Amino acid sequence: MGAAGYAADPDLALQLVQLRKSFEGTDVLRGVDLEVAPHEVVCLIGRSGSGKSTLLRCINLLEPIDSGRLMFFGLEISAEGVDLDRVRRQIGIVFQAFNLFPHMTVLQNITLGPIRVLGKPRRQAEAEADALLERFGLLDKRLDYPDRISGGQQQRAAIARALAMQPRLMLLDEVTSALDPELVAEVLSVIRSLAAAGMTMVIATHEMNFARDIASRVCFLDQGVMLEQGTPEEIFRHPQDPRTQRFLQSIVEAGRL
Amino acid sequence: MGSPRSRRRLHGRRAVVVSAASTVVFLGALVALFFLAPGSAQVRRTFFNIPDARVALIGDPQHGIFSVGLSFLFNIEMFLIGEVLILVLAMVIAVIRQLQGPVLFPLRLLAIAYADFFRGVPLILVIYAIGFGVPALSLAGVSTQPTVVYGMAALVLSYSAYVSEVYRAGIESVHPSQVAAARSLGLSHWQSMRFVVIPQALRRVVPPLLNDFISLQKDTALVAVLGIIEANRAAGIQSSTDFNYTGYTVAAVLFLVITIPMARFTDYLIARDRRRRQATLGH
Ligand SMILES: Nc1ncnc2c1ncn2[C@@H]1O[C@H](COP(=O)(O)OP(=O)(O)OP(=O)(O)O)[C@@H](O)[C@H]1O
Ligand SMILES: [Mg+2]
Repeated sequence: MGAAGYAADPDLALQLVQLRKSFEGTDVLRGVDLEVAPHEVVCLIGRSGSGKSTLLRCINLLEPIDSGRLMFFGLEISAEGVDLDRVRRQIGIVFQAFNLFPHMTVLQNITLGPIRVLGKPRRQAEAEADALLERFGLLDKRLDYPDRISGGQQQRAAIARALAMQPRLMLLDEVTSALDPELVAEVLSVIRSLAAAGMTMVIATHEMNFARDIASRVCFLDQGVMLEQGTPEEIFRHPQDPRTQRFLQSIVEAGRL
Repeated sequence: MGSPRSRRRLHGRRAVVVSAASTVVFLGALVALFFLAPGSAQVRRTFFNIPDARVALIGDPQHGIFSVGLSFLFNIEMFLIGEVLILVLAMVIAVIRQLQGPVLFPLRLLAIAYADFFRGVPLILVIYAIGFGVPALSLAGVSTQPTVVYGMAALVLSYSAYVSEVYRAGIESVHPSQVAAARSLGLSHWQSMRFVVIPQALRRVVPPLLNDFISLQKDTALVAVLGIIEANRAAGIQSSTDFNYTGYTVAAVLFLVITIPMARFTDYLIARDRRRRQATLGH
C-alpha cells in the first residue's frame, strides 16, 4: 500500500503510515502503521530489540525517518520544512534512564522548558512546577539535585518535566525498567493518574500486567512490524498470530503475566 | 608499590613517619650533592647571591636595573587578562566545531584549521611572527599597537587553540541522552548547548583548564623576546648588569609562588571530583 494516498486526520492525535527506519543497513522499523486517537493509551509490547524505543524516538523526531509519513493532529510532521522544535515541545517523552539534567535541581529541570521554550515568566513556571511536584509527591525534593533522590523519585521528576510543557501527547519508553522493584509501583501510579486525566499516551513497556490494566489498545511490535493490535483482552487472551502467542507464552513462563 | 590499596595504607601513622624520614634523607642527599659538586661555590655565587637577589627583587633604578618583583606583577596582569580572553575565544572555537549542518562546514573547517595550526607551531615562533611581523605590515590601526598587545595576541591565539580542545573534550563527554532530553523539550540545538551541555562540560574541564593556566602563567615570560619588561626580561637586565644569574633565580621563585598553589589546587579538585564520582556510583 502506498503511503501517499493516506489522508491526514486532525481528529487523530497520531498517524504513522509505513514508517521505515534503518541504522547502518539494519532495518529496525519496516513499515509501521499506527493510529492513536486523543485520550487513547496505547501500549507497545514486543521483544527486546523489536524497535519500540526507535519508534518512540521517531515519533518525537529525535530520529529522522527513512520513509513513510508521520502526522500529529493532522499536521504532517515528517514533511520537509517542519519546525522540529515546535513539534517537540508538544510531544513529551520520558526515557528509561530518566535523563534528568544532573547540574540542575528538580525544580530547574522542570522549569527549563517552560521558561526557555514557552517563554513563561519564572514565577509562573515555578508555581506550575510546584503544583506538579505536589501532585507527584515530590514537593520536598524540589531543590534537590537528581543524584540525591531515589530512582522512583527521579523518574517521577522526569515525568513532571515532560508534563510541564503541557504536551498533547506523551511517549513513555520503559519508564520502570531501570527501577528497583519496590519503586515501580509509585511510578506506575503516576502514569495511571495521567491516563485518568485523559492524557494521550504511547507507552513502550515490559510490564504486562500494567499494560493490561491501563491500555485502551495493545500493539505487538515484532521485528519492526506492527504484527497485531487490539484491546488488552484481545491481545492477552486471544492472540491471533503465532508469534504473538509465542511472545506471550515466554512472558507467562517468566512469571511476568 | 603504587597500587590504590598500598597508597591507602599510607594513612597509618607509621607510614607518615617513614615517608617523612625518607623525604628528609632524599632532600638531604640532594643538598649534599649540590654543596659537594666541584663547581658548587661558583654556582652559589652566580645563581644564589643574596645581595644580588635583593637588588634584583626591588630593582636599582640608578643602574638601570628593573625590579623583578614589580615586573612580575606585569606577568600576573598578562596572565589574568589573557586567561579571560582565552576562555572566551576558546569557547567560540569549540562551539563552532560543534555546529551542525553542511552549510556551516566552512566555518567548522576554519575552526579545525585554527586549532591545528596554533597547536602545531611553537609559541615562541608565534610570538616572533606576531610581534615583529604585524608591525612590519604597516596596517593602519593594527600595526601601531604597543608591543605588549602583540605579545598578548600571540599568547591568546596559541592558548585558545589548546583550551578549545579541552572544552571540546568536555562537550563530547556529555552523554547524547542529555541532548535528546533537552531537544525533546523543544530546546533548539543552541539552547541545548547553552543550558544543558556546556554547563556540564565546564564542570568536568576545570582541572585540565587549570593545568593549561599554570603553563600560561609561566609562558607569559616568553614575551620578553619582544623587549617587554616583565619578570624574565628584568632578570635578564639585572644579570647582564651584575654579571650573575641571581635575577633569574628570583624570577623562578616568583613564578613558583604562583604556580605551585595552582597545581595543588588542581590536584585537590581532581581528587574531590573522583571522590564525588565514586560516591555517586555507589549510590
Ligand atoms: N542509534 C542506533 N544505532 C544503531 N543501531 C541502533 C540504534 N538504536 C537502536 N539500534 C538498533 O535497533 C534495534 C531496535 O532497538 P530498540 O532500542 O528500538 O529496541 P527496543 O524494542 O526498544 O528494545 P528494548 O526492549 O531492549 O528496549 C536494535 O537492534 C538496536 O541495536
Ligand atoms: Mg527500548
